[in-house]
Parts: sequence; structure tokens; C-alpha cells
Amino acid sequence: MSTFSIEFRDVSLTRPNGARALDHFSLGVEAGEVLALVGRSGAGKTTVIKLVNRLLTADAGTVLVEGRDAREWDPIALRRRVGYVLQDIGLFPHMTVADNVAVVPGLERWTAERTDARVRELLDLVGLPPQQFAARWPDELSGGQRQRVGVARALAADPPVLLMDEPFGALDPMTRAELRAEFRRIQQKVRKTVIIVTHDMGEAFALGDRVGVIDAGRLVVCDVPAAVAASTDPRVRQLLDAVIATQREASAER
Amino acid sequence: MNALFSFWIAHRVELASLLGQHVLLVAGSTLVAVAIAVPLGIFAARRPRLAAPLTAIANIVQTVPSLAMFGFLLPVPFVGGVGARAALLVLILYGLLPIVRTTIAGLQGIDATIREAGVALGMTPRQLLRLVELPLALPSIVAGVRVAAVVGVGSATIAAAIGAGGLGEYIYRGLSMVDTTVILAGAVPAAVLALAVDGSLLWMERELSARRRSWSRRVVASAAAVVTGIVLVSSGVAARQAGGAIVVGSKNFTEQLVLGELIAQSIEREGLPVQRRLNLGGTLICDRALLTGDIDVYVEYTGTALTAVFHQPVSMDSTGVFSSVRDLYARTGRTLLPPLGFNNTFAILVRGSDARSLRLTTIDDAARESAHWRAGFGYEFVERPDGYTGLAKAYGMRFPQPPHVMDLTLSYRALASGQVDMIAGDATAGLIKGLDLVQLDDNRHYFPPYDAAAVARAETLLRYPQARRALERLSGRVSPDAMRAMNYAADVEHRDVRAIARDFLDR
Repeated sequence: MSTFSIEFRDVSLTRPNGARALDHFSLGVEAGEVLALVGRSGAGKTTVIKLVNRLLTADAGTVLVEGRDAREWDPIALRRRVGYVLQDIGLFPHMTVADNVAVVPGLERWTAERTDARVRELLDLVGLPPQQFAARWPDELSGGQRQRVGVARALAADPPVLLMDEPFGALDPMTRAELRAEFRRIQQKVRKTVIIVTHDMGEAFALGDRVGVIDAGRLVVCDVPAAVAASTDPRVRQLLDAVIATQREASAER
Repeated sequence: MNALFSFWIAHRVELASLLGQHVLLVAGSTLVAVAIAVPLGIFAARRPRLAAPLTAIANIVQTVPSLAMFGFLLPVPFVGGVGARAALLVLILYGLLPIVRTTIAGLQGIDATIREAGVALGMTPRQLLRLVELPLALPSIVAGVRVAAVVGVGSATIAAAIGAGGLGEYIYRGLSMVDTTVILAGAVPAAVLALAVDGSLLWMERELSARRRSWSRRVVASAAAVVTGIVLVSSGVAARQAGGAIVVGSKNFTEQLVLGELIAQSIEREGLPVQRRLNLGGTLICDRALLTGDIDVYVEYTGTALTAVFHQPVSMDSTGVFSSVRDLYARTGRTLLPPLGFNNTFAILVRGSDARSLRLTTIDDAARESAHWRAGFGYEFVERPDGYTGLAKAYGMRFPQPPHVMDLTLSYRALASGQVDMIAGDATAGLIKGLDLVQLDDNRHYFPPYDAAAVARAETLLRYPQARRALERLSGRVSPDAMRAMNYAADVEHRDVRAIARDFLDR
């Protein structure tokens, strides 16, 4: 019996074009833990989280969500217990901020009062005062505000698991730093099991309780940030060097 | 301009009814097209391999000219024939393509991220469609509905050719009377209707794209208003059309309209309710309509029935032709009544000025001039076995170029204005006198007799002996002079056809 909230056991997956996306991938995420998954583009990071909410299914091996094989879950029920935040956010442009947040409560047939209270609570949580933002349209928001709505929408039905795919990737550095702090604050309150995918080792260190490095569909290392920083594996060093280079550029700009 | 307004005022009840029929045709066909095309588009958008062939089929349907489409549908049981049913079917077929295409485009144009977000939030495919895909595709779908409805307003004018009513009736009537006012009386409201439909659906499209909070309510409200309007109009039209025991048809030229009206009124004078389906295109359409029971009676010409309907060789003997045609009709459940009293043979016509200066009295005289003449003939005359080919052979005509094929009624004007030098018209046409044209003598007796006679469904005559009485009373009563005078009154004096028929019966 697994103690993990999410567990990958020897999972392999081949893309439709024949390329290996995941190759005997194993990993466990504990309840309430933030796992940051780092890797370059195409390393298989997004594949990992799409296996959790069954947007993809494994060819071999098992993905367990709350102790149950993802293939045994009803995919609709599974997805409603797993919040998902996309890089491009994917807010529904024909719905207001409040309606976007209220989508899953609507699917779950909550009463109007309960939904309304929950939407207000969540908008407050993500730092968007409801009286100011509830009636706005997505295209009237800044990128950072939109991402906050995306997080509120994912948390609406209080799912135990939250998946975040490059959630801050499209934002400017200032907003990104602000939202990272915000994320930590929110996570303090809600304590979800979180898998956050990023290509930025700096972001992974800032957000993750543990950091997993993935390369060519294999898990290279998975440990607390200090241990990963000390790794001598060339694939890990490469990602670390990129962070140092960015920081040097940033200080040069100053 | 004044003539147009006074025409509308004089015919305001009829105008309202035709406009109502037009709106009903377009609204009804567009609604059904939406009900078929949107699900079809949704189905196709999810199966990209199907989308291409489906649009290709809809495309092919779209390219079939509407008049040809009506022709194809004539012999089809249940949905075909003449009347509003067949017209609705054609308009629905035309409406499918734009709506299917924009539904597919609208659904495929949705950002993949947005769709993925919906799936990841735990929407079932149906919820995704209802909550995300359809609302986002709606402006595009409405754009397709707009195209379908505007095209429908135009196509519906052609539906008058198969007796479906609508504003096209004025256009066809005006064409056959060569009366611009009557053409405009139908064309102007049709154009205004098209603009109104276009404008209101464009407004709806913009409202939907602006996606303000109240949009769904507005759509529901406007859809409800449209549907209510349709129901009101349709009940009005239905009330008008109810209770016509006997359906009188006619072909689409002045003399046929007068004769149709003559038959209709004399049956009405026997106390039977009559439904008029006048202006039904050519011989083929009327014959099919009579066979299928869409109409009960119309006037045919013996020579035309012999050659064009029954494909028998041409004969010169008037009595012989009548009795063989009567037998042929009887075999197919139809009764040919005794002739009305005039022979509407083809008249080879030239300008009066040419006839006088070149001393033309016979077709032989004209054949001499044919080498430097242009000829213009109606569609039927070019195709018929007793038409142009045989005439040219019989008289040795040699035109430098093939004859211009044009609408029969327009050919009179074309001759008078010098665009062509010889036409084949009707011997009883009122325009012959009105436009100073001269009929040449068929000195080689090429044309068979064309005695006008009513032909009716036998079962109708059995069921309504009063109808038979009314038709028999007309036999032998319409002399060539009387017919020409009535045509003249309609074509040249622009008198109302109903009044002309009434005056004749009152005499």
C-alpha cells in the first residue's frame, strides 16, 4: 500500500510519432508536498502531469492517484479531484472572471449561494478583490491577473491535487517573482499535493519542497533543493549553469 | 415610381400575403437548415476526415442552379412536385452548405488550450460542447445562418416558378407581361427583405462577438421573436390557402394566366372553392404537376401535348390530333375537355416595317432574307420537335449565326427594338398588335394544330361534376379574336388579369 498521494511506477509512454516521451519513469509525491519538475523542452515534464489527470494514459507501468490506478478512475471524476493550471491559462473568453472560477462548482451542481461564496473566497485568496474583479472579462486583465484567476479556477472545488504546467512561464520577471511569493503564501493555507513543471531551475528551487530533474524521459535526480544544487551529474549542472547565466544577465541589466 | 406605389396600394392585400409567404419560406427553410447543418457541422468538426468530403458534397449541391434543382425534384414522390413543400426542400438544401461550413470553421477555430482547459476541468464531451465550444463558435455559426438566409431570400423568388408563392410571383408575372412596374413590385420588397435579414443577423453576430453578459438572454429573446413571427405569418397564410377544393394551374405566359383565371372563376361560379397555382413554368412542370395531383386542371394545346408531352410524330390533322391526344391523356387518368375555340399556333413574326418594305407575307418570303438576319426564339421552341430545327429544314432557312435563345415574352420586345429580325411567338399574343408585328403565313403547313383545351384529372371531374360543367361551358366559347383581345388587355393595357376574366365571363 502506497503512502504517496501520486506515484509513478516504472511508467513508459511513446508519442504518436514514435519518440519515447517517458522511459521507465518512477516517482512518488507525498500529500501536501510541492514537487518541482525541471527539464529542458521536450524532456517529458508535461507528459508526466498529463498522466495524472489522464489527458494521457501510460503504455506500460502504473500511475497511482490517491492510491488508485489512474486507468481505474472515471476520467471525469478524476479530473474534478485534480486542479490543473496551464501555461497559457486557457481562461474561457466568453465568461467573466467569476464564471470562469465557478465552472467546476457548476459541473458539480453546487447551489448558487455556495458557488458564490466560494468564488469570493477564492478571488480573495488569489489577491483579486471580488467586488473589483468578479464581473471583469479575461481580456480586461493583465497576464499576472489572468494567471491568478487560473489558479482560483483550479482550486474551486477544493481538489486535493494541483498540477501546474509552466504556470509563470509567460510572465515578466517582476510579476513572476510576485506570483511565486503569492503561490507560497497560498500553499501555506491550502496545503495541496502539487506538481509544478518548469524549465527554470531557479523557479524550481524557489517553489519546490523537492526538485526532480527529468531528461529524455528519465528521472535523473529527485531530492531537496540543496542536494540537487550539489549534484555533479552533467545534465543537472547544465540546468544550474543556465540559472547562473540568467542571474548574471539580470545583474548586468541593472 | 408613382406607378409602383399605386400598384402596391391597389394590391396591398396580395402584396402582404406574398411577402408573408416569402418570409415563411425563408424562415422555415433556414430554421430546418440550422437544425440539420449545426449537428452535421459538429459531427464533421470532430472527424476531420469527414469534414472535407462533407463540405465538398454541400458545395456541389450549392452549385446546382435553383431552377434546375426544382426540375430534378419534380418527379420525386412526397417531397417533390410543385408547391411550397418542394420549394422548402430546395431552400433547405441551399442553406446547409454555409451553415455546415461556418459551424466547422467556428469549432475548429477554437484555441486548443481553451478546449484542453475544459477537458482538464472535468467536462464531459457534451458539457464541453455546451459550455465552451458552441458559445465560442456561435458568432461564426450565425454568420453562416446570415449567408443562408440572404441567399434564401433570393432563391425563394425563383420558387414562384413551381407555384410556391412569394414575391417571385410578381417578378414572373411582370416578366410575362413585360411590365417593369410589376417586376419591381416584387423585386424591390425582396431586396429590402434581403437587406433587413442581413442587417438584423449581422447585428446579432456583433452582439454575440461582443460577448456581454446579457447575450444569451438577447439571443433567446430574438429567436423567440423570430419564431413567433413565423407562427403568426404561417397561420395567416394557412388560413388563406385552406379550403381550395380544386387546384387550377397554368404555364408562365400571359395567355395561360388569363385562361387559368378564366377556368378558376368559372369553377368558382359553380360554388366550388378554388386554389390558384398559376405561373408554373413550362409544359413539363404543368404536366408533372397534373400527374402527381399537385394541380387538378390547366389548359394545354393539342399539338404541344402530342409532341412535347407524349413524344408522338407531328400531324397536320386538327381533329385527328385532338382525338389521339384525348386517348393518350385518358390512358394516364386524365380527361381532355373539348377545345376552347382557338388555335394558338406558333406565329413566325417580323417587324411591321420590314414586312411592308420587303413585302413579306409568307414564311417562304422570310426564308429568302434569313441569310442576313438574326433570329431569337424561346427555350421551348429551340428544343421541341415541332420547333426551330424542323422549321429551318422545311423552309430552307440559313441564318449566319445560331438563333438567340431568350425568354419567350422578352423576344417580342427584342424583335420590336431591332435586336433580332425574326421570332416565333404565339398567334394570339396581344403584343403582336401592340408592338406592330406581322405574322407570316405558314404556307408550307409546317406547324401542327395547337387547339387550346382544358385537361383535368379524371378523378377530380368524377368527384366534382360541377367542375366538369364549368369547364364544358367554356368549350368553344373563346374565339381567336376574344383571346387576342384579352391578351392585348393584359399585355398592352396592363389591365388586371382577374378583371379581364371576370368581364369575359360576364358577357
